[in-house]
Amino acid sequence: MSVNDLFSASLKPINLGLDMFAADLKTQGVEPVLMDWTPPGGGDPEVIAALSRLEDPAVAEKIDAANQVALERILGSQPFLEGFGQAIDAVPGMTKTTILHSGPPIGFPRMSGPMKGAVTGALVFEGLAKDLDEAFELASSGEITFSPCHEHQSVGSMAGVTSASMWVHKVTNRTYGNTAYTNLSEQLSKILRFGANDQSVIDRLNWMRDVFGPVLAGAMELNTDGLDLRLMLSQALHMGDEAHNRNVAGTTLLIQALAPYILETDFTTKEKREVFDFVASSDYFSGPTWMVAAKASMDAANGIENSTVVTTMARNGVDFGIRVSGTGGQWFTGPAQEVIGPMFAGYTRDDSGLDMGDSAITETFGIGGFAMAAAPAIVALVGGTVEEAMGYSRTMNDITTGNNPNITIPALDFMGVPSGIDVRKVMETGILPIINTAIAHKEPGIGMIGAGITHPPVEAFQKALLSLSERISA
Amino acid sequence: MSRHIDIRKNTYLDSVSLMSMSTKANAVEGVTQALLGMATPMNKEVLLNVGVQDPAIDEAKPSDLMIVIDASEDTLEAAIASVNDILARKDKKAGEATETRYRTLDSAFAEAPDSNFVLISVNGAFAAREARKALNADKSVMIFSDNVSVEDELSLKNLAHEKGLIVMGPDCGTAIINGVGLAFSNAVRRGNIGIVGASGTGSQELSVRIHDFGGGVSQLIGTGGRDLSTEIGGISMIDGINALDADPETKVIVIISKPPAEEVAEKVLAVAGAASKPVFVTFLGSDRTESGYDNVTIVQGSKPLAIAAVVASGIDESTLDKHPLNIPLVEEVRAKLAPEQKYIRGLFCGGTLCDESMFAALDKYENVYSNIQKNADYKIGAMDASREHTFLDMGDDDFTNGRPHPMIDPSLRLQRIVQEADDPSVGVIAMDFVLGFGAHEDPVGVTIPAITEAKAKAAARGQHLEILGYVLGTDLDTPAFAGQVAQLEAAGVTIASSSTNLGLLAREFVAKGDN
Repeated sequence: MSVNDLFSASLKPINLGLDMFAADLKTQGVEPVLMDWTPPGGGDPEVIAALSRLEDPAVAEKIDAANQVALERILGSQPFLEGFGQAIDAVPGMTKTTILHSGPPIGFPRMSGPMKGAVTGALVFEGLAKDLDEAFELASSGEITFSPCHEHQSVGSMAGVTSASMWVHKVTNRTYGNTAYTNLSEQLSKILRFGANDQSVIDRLNWMRDVFGPVLAGAMELNTDGLDLRLMLSQALHMGDEAHNRNVAGTTLLIQALAPYILETDFTTKEKREVFDFVASSDYFSGPTWMVAAKASMDAANGIENSTVVTTMARNGVDFGIRVSGTGGQWFTGPAQEVIGPMFAGYTRDDSGLDMGDSAITETFGIGGFAMAAAPAIVALVGGTVEEAMGYSRTMNDITTGNNPNITIPALDFMGVPSGIDVRKVMETGILPIINTAIAHKEPGIGMIGAGITHPPVEAFQKALLSLSERISA
Repeated sequence: MSRHIDIRKNTYLDSVSLMSMSTKANAVEGVTQALLGMATPMNKEVLLNVGVQDPAIDEAKPSDLMIVIDASEDTLEAAIASVNDILARKDKKAGEATETRYRTLDSAFAEAPDSNFVLISVNGAFAAREARKALNADKSVMIFSDNVSVEDELSLKNLAHEKGLIVMGPDCGTAIINGVGLAFSNAVRRGNIGIVGASGTGSQELSVRIHDFGGGVSQLIGTGGRDLSTEIGGISMIDGINALDADPETKVIVIISKPPAEEVAEKVLAVAGAASKPVFVTFLGSDRTESGYDNVTIVQGSKPLAIAAVVASGIDESTLDKHPLNIPLVEEVRAKLAPEQKYIRGLFCGGTLCDESMFAALDKYENVYSNIQKNADYKIGAMDASREHTFLDMGDDDFTNGRPHPMIDPSLRLQRIVQEADDPSVGVIAMDFVLGFGAHEDPVGVTIPAITEAKAKAAARGQHLEILGYVLGTDLDTPAFAGQVAQLEAAGVTIASSSTNLGLLAREFVAKGDN
């Protein structure tokens, strides 16, 4: 609007900055548009300069086009559960002395307490060490290969520790043909992935290896059609899950789909009964299933030149790493953050380990914290009101490329979940992705002590943006 | 230590909510332990393990809610109330209207498509980028922020010029667009006088004088203090003049600025000369008297400028109360001052007001020191003691570094007022009080104690210390002009009727027989 047109129009100012100016405008009967502004790029001049370079119309056009491709791939992905297998047979690059872990790469000495607990527990479970002390020595010896799940087409909840004989989901993206893996839920609380590693934990892992995994695998061998996980996930969201911290509906749907095939297997009734009881013991049974469905979808969107869409968010309890479609396998990291939320009786914030696990693949895909509005039942878990939960999901629209029409939120008029986190938008708005997650005790051997919400560190996005601005030109 | 046990029959809360409520209850002041849970066998056992035993708990059913609160005796009651509030899930935000706020300008543009202007007052390091977004979205901007680079200012103003928009600022403190005061501005009548100002308080002063003389303001366009530099070349000033020339509501154009770069002055005057309307110009502290254009008149001082403008706008000059300089008052004050009380100390919030008083003094005296002196020999810093005639612009960067502008937070000036009173060679302390949008809610009231103290100090050594005040504001401002003046008069402060008169009175009060 030209200056002279403005003179003859009704002034409608946007007040960007001091609130006292907005108050003065209101006194004069003018309704200013209000802002909740934070400096872009985390206030870093170098990042802001990079952001401005990427805003050059010719550059922005290329990025937008690439991001549309990435988004189409995320939305068009059809992850199907095809079966279960042991990691040594299924997961690419797996060896008997390999331990996969969550998050970006990390050596044993730097690992967090709970991850060390999980690693040593797994070494005992695999028979590579006779006890935890020996396992610590072995883990430090250099004889064990540590590698991120994400670099093996896999994801792992919490510590993400996956060893050769553990059973994993096999999920294929039928649209794009890629496959992804994740291990089985140990159900909640005092378990390996939260750093617990006593005999009860090892016993459970043994049972999972000898009974649980084989029963599930046998069931899926009988189901030659596979299970359409995207459809099931969509139903679960309509039933009040956000598929990260709440999995009540999804678990019911999944076991309902598996049950007929489990019954048809040749296992004993006692073994089948054990499987059903184990699944019923925690709502979390389907948690890993949604993670691997998200992983299979996000991998299809990776490696698109010029795309600024985030394809991985993962934490190892020390570092938080992201990977971006346009920069492929490169990790951009910052310090893992504290998780804020209610704790189990007897624990305080001082006991909390930092943010950990590959489960943020769900938020990367658009569920979990991004779909908070679908799960009003757990807003207490994330310390908020229902209205705040709605706000979380809406706010994520500000940092994403689009919405997923296949997975919708009834309470928001069936808005598709916000999908395709754009590094540029995160840096521009100062809004960090919201992540729903669990809290592990900071020491090895204890387990889960609470749940809550957290965010990635701003540094990871700053580094990613700088790298993108170097790579992408008009 | 006291314990409160409450069993609520048939009250169900899910474990997730209870966990969250427990966390909150344990944070209540005075609470050493709060346990909330359904009376399941497992939860009862948990209570037993931490030493909580009670027949009521034994009898409770799994459908009952158990509440156990341990707190010190004096806080137990309050703690129980707090925990009950938590259990009642009282919505803390109830009644609080929720305002829509946008995180980025892009989202504000998209969601509020009728927005047509952006007022930017974020940290200067980020202001240019936001201003560019506004211009690209076809919206004019006012940049209140300072510390924007010259390069950014130039590129923003060029962009605005190409798009027919205007950039007011950076470091633009004052504008009135369509009758709406922006940032630091006064409530003045609307009318047919258009102002383009390259100085914030100069523009405020001009608009207030115009109002005072019965005129009105169509638009007040600020340009920012650097607009008339060689680097920027007066882009916003020129665009502003052209916009006012094309504006049917504007009959008279008034320009006020500190002295511009010479070639920029020529350029600006040429544009003014090409306008179809009468243009009145004050370049404060400049010696220029002729514009070279028939429709462009150079005027010295903000008050004469306002008079010229209102007369040209159609107000009969003979009806004006011009508040001429009060000569008997000057004689009266001179008589009260001791021979050694030779100097003025001017303590200003408004930069242009400081300028105008300093220039008035410079017309008569050489030994005029200031933090905004162009002559390096007479320049002093914020930390330096005043000497001889001293005029301080306390809104300048060397005073504001890391603290709010004195129009908002006058504390630094209050100290300085008292400090100046220690010097027996001081005859008059002159100061401005700026009212209006953006300013302190009672600038006079907050200053009175310092004035009283300063006067008392002088009186203790047998001197009369003249305090000369000027209130920049109108009867429409909040607080209103009249109330502020009355407070000053009650404290024995002499009132100047304009910025121009403030400078003249201060100068004349301390003039001795030999000049």
